[in-house]
Amino acid sequence: MTQLKERVPAIEGWFTTGEAPALLGSRCTTCGTYFFPREDTFCRNPSCSGREFEQVELSRRGRVWSFTDNRYQPPPPYVSPDPFVPYTIAAVELATERMVVLGQVAPGVDLASLRAGLEVELVLGTLYEDERHEYVVWKWQPVGDGGREG
Amino acid sequence: MASGREVAVLGVGMHPWGKWGRNFVEYGLTAAGAALADAGISWDDVEYVSGADTIRNGYPGFIAGATFAQALGWKGNRVSSCYAACASGAHAVNVARAQILAGFCDVALVVGADTTPKGFFAPVGGERRDDPDWLRFHLLGATNPTYFALYARRRMEAYGASPADFARVKVKNARHGLANPYARYRKEVTEEEVLASPVVADPLHLLEICATSDGAAALVLSSLDFAERHGASRPVRVAAVSTVTPTFPNAVIEMPNFATDSGSTVAPPERTFRDSIAAAAYEEAGLGPEDLDVAEVYDLSSALELDWYENIGLCKEGEAERLLNDGDTTIGGRIPVNPSGGLACFGEAIPAQAIAQVCELTWQLRGQATGRQVEGAAVGLSINQGLFGHGSSVIVTR
Repeated sequence: MTQLKERVPAIEGWFTTGEAPALLGSRCTTCGTYFFPREDTFCRNPSCSGREFEQVELSRRGRVWSFTDNRYQPPPPYVSPDPFVPYTIAAVELATERMVVLGQVAPGVDLASLRAGLEVELVLGTLYEDERHEYVVWKWQPVGDGGREG
Repeated sequence: MASGREVAVLGVGMHPWGKWGRNFVEYGLTAAGAALADAGISWDDVEYVSGADTIRNGYPGFIAGATFAQALGWKGNRVSSCYAACASGAHAVNVARAQILAGFCDVALVVGADTTPKGFFAPVGGERRDDPDWLRFHLLGATNPTYFALYARRRMEAYGASPADFARVKVKNARHGLANPYARYRKEVTEEEVLASPVVADPLHLLEICATSDGAAALVLSSLDFAERHGASRPVRVAAVSTVTPTFPNAVIEMPNFATDSGSTVAPPERTFRDSIAAAAYEEAGLGPEDLDVAEVYDLSSALELDWYENIGLCKEGEAERLLNDGDTTIGGRIPVNPSGGLACFGEAIPAQAIAQVCELTWQLRGQATGRQVEGAAVGLSINQGLFGHGSSVIVTR
């Protein structure tokens, strides 16, 4: 019987891992601009000299801006299963933050079912595994797509 | 542009693009020699060397200006080396131009050359968890074609573009490049062949994504006074070089980023970054899109060429497919784009590519583009974008 692997984030501090996972960004405490990945050193707004930032969870839902897939194995540092498994990538607009965030799309979602404007939500799914760990990352999944996990 | 702020393109030269597997310095030397011969001057006449860097060829690539100067024979020249990703070549042109216009020198040599590995461009080696270019491969598996395909799909979703439209860009460019002796791929393709090639990143096919190539390009730039003394009474002139950054917030997702800037506190600028690259060049030259006779745009993918039509003002947003399908951008049409064959026929040799665009425009404006000549071309624009916010556009006139 195989032991369950420990699920760990593929990168620390970029997303929460609870029941309702969310991307972790930062927000300038001076002008309010959001950043993802988090910015903690300087505010990119040219009319703001803010140097302090608070951690924020970004909206868990957004709408597809565009999408594609990848049918050939990328070079490292992408860690590919053997054989390579193609995956879909979506660019998703978050309304509150007014930004577009990339993410892989949860496996099993047919590319043909995607379109601009489709509502998606953030889930966690497997990026790659080794002997003891399953490394997870954020993925976009169409809303109402049955709580399927990547 | 006010006269007195132009420089002459005295000579141009290239090493053919390909996958030759030799040291990039060798290609650079060939291109430099060709540019010097074309200018009718010798290495002794060159006062300044501006190198465009390659980051995939070790230390000599990071200090390309000195590397090429040493290969030509050190003689105490002033040199510089610059890196601006795909925009490196235009930035090297800009450095040389500024030296001439400031009166520090009369004659400058600009050289860019690259030797590339096979396959997808990968990030440079090492584990770098604070480098977005490393992280996008690791966390997303987002290759360069991923971003090209996101733009292509966006055209389909927003404007009703079709994969056949994209394929026709490749068909056009393949035909344009047939007679170009410097092009790597000189073979006609049909729309059916493009669409039958494997999908790399939906909706883009293998034949629609530019390859990575070895190659080199060089320019001899000089003051107008030197050009006249040298007997070049009507040289091609550099009327503008645009090397602008984006304006915050940049609302378009760009390679190698995970996200756009947030527009939550400052509204995105009216012009997108790509629009603003061309706008800065037009403003500096005192010209507009209506003045163009020919353009060389960075067709990293077939679909991206269509974006550029709109970015450089050849048509309104969403109308690029019509422009293409009406034949306006084919040689013989209203405003031919990529008469060289573009990246579709060359593949990309990063530090050389923006310089090669200027070589092509120079040949076009001199009437020397055998087999691909745009008749009567007098104003040309090149445009390109380097990752991490590097604009690149050059306007030449004659």
